[in-house]
Amino acid sequence: MSALAPTPGIPRHGLFYRLTRNKVGVAGFVIVGLLLLMTVLAPLFLDSTIPGDAQATWQAPSADHWLGTDNAGKDVLHQTLLGGGTVIYVGLGAAAITTLIAVVLGSLAAYLRGPIDSFLLQTTDIVMTVPQIVLLAVLGSFFQLTSPTVLALLIGCLSWPILMRSIRAQVLSLKEREFVEAAKLLDLGTSRVVFVEIVPNMAGYILINFIIAVTNAIYALVGMYVLGLAPLAGANWGIMIRKAWTYGAMSLPEGTLFMMAPVAMIALLQLGLIMLTRSLEEVFNPRLSEG
Amino acid sequence: MVGIKTATVEAAAPRSTPTLNGVLRLAGWLAVTVVVVVGLWQFAGMGWISALLLAVFIASTLLYWGSYLTKRIARAVLAIFIVASGVFFMVRLLPGNPVDVYIAKLTAEGVPYEDAAAQAAAFYSFDPGTPMWQQYLDYLWGLVNGDFGTTLSHIPVLEKIGHHLPWTLFSVGLALIISVAIGLLLGMVMAYRRGGLIDHSVSAIGSTLHAIPNYLLALIIVVIGGVQLRLFSLSDIRGTYTAGQEPGFSLVFLQDALYHASLPILAYVLTTVGTWALIMKASTTQALGEDYVMVARARGLGGGRIGAMYVGRNAVLPLVAQIATQAGFVVGGAIFVEIIFAYNGIGYALYNALNDRDYSLIQGLLLIITITVVFANLLADLSYGLLDPRIRTSGKEVDS
Repeated sequence: MSALAPTPGIPRHGLFYRLTRNKVGVAGFVIVGLLLLMTVLAPLFLDSTIPGDAQATWQAPSADHWLGTDNAGKDVLHQTLLGGGTVIYVGLGAAAITTLIAVVLGSLAAYLRGPIDSFLLQTTDIVMTVPQIVLLAVLGSFFQLTSPTVLALLIGCLSWPILMRSIRAQVLSLKEREFVEAAKLLDLGTSRVVFVEIVPNMAGYILINFIIAVTNAIYALVGMYVLGLAPLAGANWGIMIRKAWTYGAMSLPEGTLFMMAPVAMIALLQLGLIMLTRSLEEVFNPRLSEG
Repeated sequence: MVGIKTATVEAAAPRSTPTLNGVLRLAGWLAVTVVVVVGLWQFAGMGWISALLLAVFIASTLLYWGSYLTKRIARAVLAIFIVASGVFFMVRLLPGNPVDVYIAKLTAEGVPYEDAAAQAAAFYSFDPGTPMWQQYLDYLWGLVNGDFGTTLSHIPVLEKIGHHLPWTLFSVGLALIISVAIGLLLGMVMAYRRGGLIDHSVSAIGSTLHAIPNYLLALIIVVIGGVQLRLFSLSDIRGTYTAGQEPGFSLVFLQDALYHASLPILAYVLTTVGTWALIMKASTTQALGEDYVMVARARGLGGGRIGAMYVGRNAVLPLVAQIATQAGFVVGGAIFVEIIFAYNGIGYALYNALNDRDYSLIQGLLLIITITVVFANLLADLSYGLLDPRIRTSGKEVDS
């Protein structure tokens, strides 16, 4: 038997096997998948205006309202089910912008070196000295950030420097490899060498950092809502927390669920995202799990 | 995880103690800084911020001339200058800039335009009749002399900030010390007993807590600890100290301040300790595999000595580098947590300033927060140089 046992360390199985090998990662996939499914399906089955009932404010959980009602008599369960849209949209959008800027600037800086590299490094140094949350809060109060797309753009444009630095470090080591040398000798042009030859080698690293960027963007976004610095139009998890906070829901026994349901949702989403990076690490960097 | 980088520490021959020279130099640096600050501030009548910057600059050029630190400090001053300029132009060039809004508000109340403009000039410490570049120079000159303008409630901005900044530094600093200390110990234990119960449970609990945003954890603490279980009274623990307490260096006051800071500190520590432990575990694991550790074992040195001098000293380096990059993040996150606990620190002040549209205060707070982060980075760099002899001797920055 032992002679037939496969030698460890050589991947013999497909992508699916490696994705599902880490139990924590699988749980993360399930959590995030369910939350995404809920966010996509809920508007199809539920009335997204969520009619309120002024007679039934701050109701305790009952058969009609499983999680009770809020200050305007709106069903808390409905709001919770419908409330993920903006949060997930802004999270994904901001992370995409951050990752794009970081990958483009980071790989070009490392490949070209010279004055461009040192200029970009100085820029990241300065951008990193101003805490992005603080800047976001100030900009949020100066501008009326009504559109989720603008919010995503703003968060994305403020949070790229740290990722840009680690991408730069990766490219610095990748560009010494032979295939890059070969591509250069073929005179393929800077953009072709950087974005077709070098960047795809970091796909796994970029994907994992993209997901971490999603969690950071959600942190910033929900924080803005909780502070009341983003407009409180519509219903999403951040706005629910803000309303529960300002209407003093936590001191009412019936209001606790109105505050804790969105808190639990956001915590679950963040946790799920972090957990699923474990599986991705297993796929892209199998040596890690053996260490 | 926010910013876990696997910083590779190359095998370095461990140094048994920081060299006397290094310690003396740092002590000299601190002494010169303090003397120059006091001299410039008290006797030359400079603003304390410019005095501090100038003192740091003088002390560094005197004692660290030619090392990477001089470059670092030049960069820090440049960063502060750029942020100051950015804030100036942001406040003046934005659509509906506060000065015009303020003048419009006063004229709407029946104040003649000249009076309104004069009042606005007093508030934002500039004269609307002069050209932009002259306003800019006046503003910079004001900053260098420690004049940040006045708040809407007619208090000098610096005085207002002086009421809030110490509380944030106290709570965030204490939380950072506790969190790093616990994380360091846990990380080393995890690395020594890899795959054990402590390793698994700390990894799981630490990353779960880290995934939850700190302000949501603060909310959970308030709702579960304060409302459901009644472990503490929310109306008592709000704020920075109990009303009626006389601020001062007495034991009673210190106790009271600690009591009020305990919840913010709990929120910071719980959300960050797992990250520190994981970073420390990674670097300790790496250090344990180094040849010099094996040699030390072969020489028959005691486990405690190896742990502290050979493994610990080398493993702690990436942690120090992380503290520098996390400083901004921690200060930024403090805004949210301070508001949830109504803790009267700099984040709480910023929140109120934003709600009141108190632009000179916002401007001042942004600058102070930047200066705090820059200063924290500088301190981390100094201690990094003390811990890692390679940086001292090579005289240039390690390329990250």
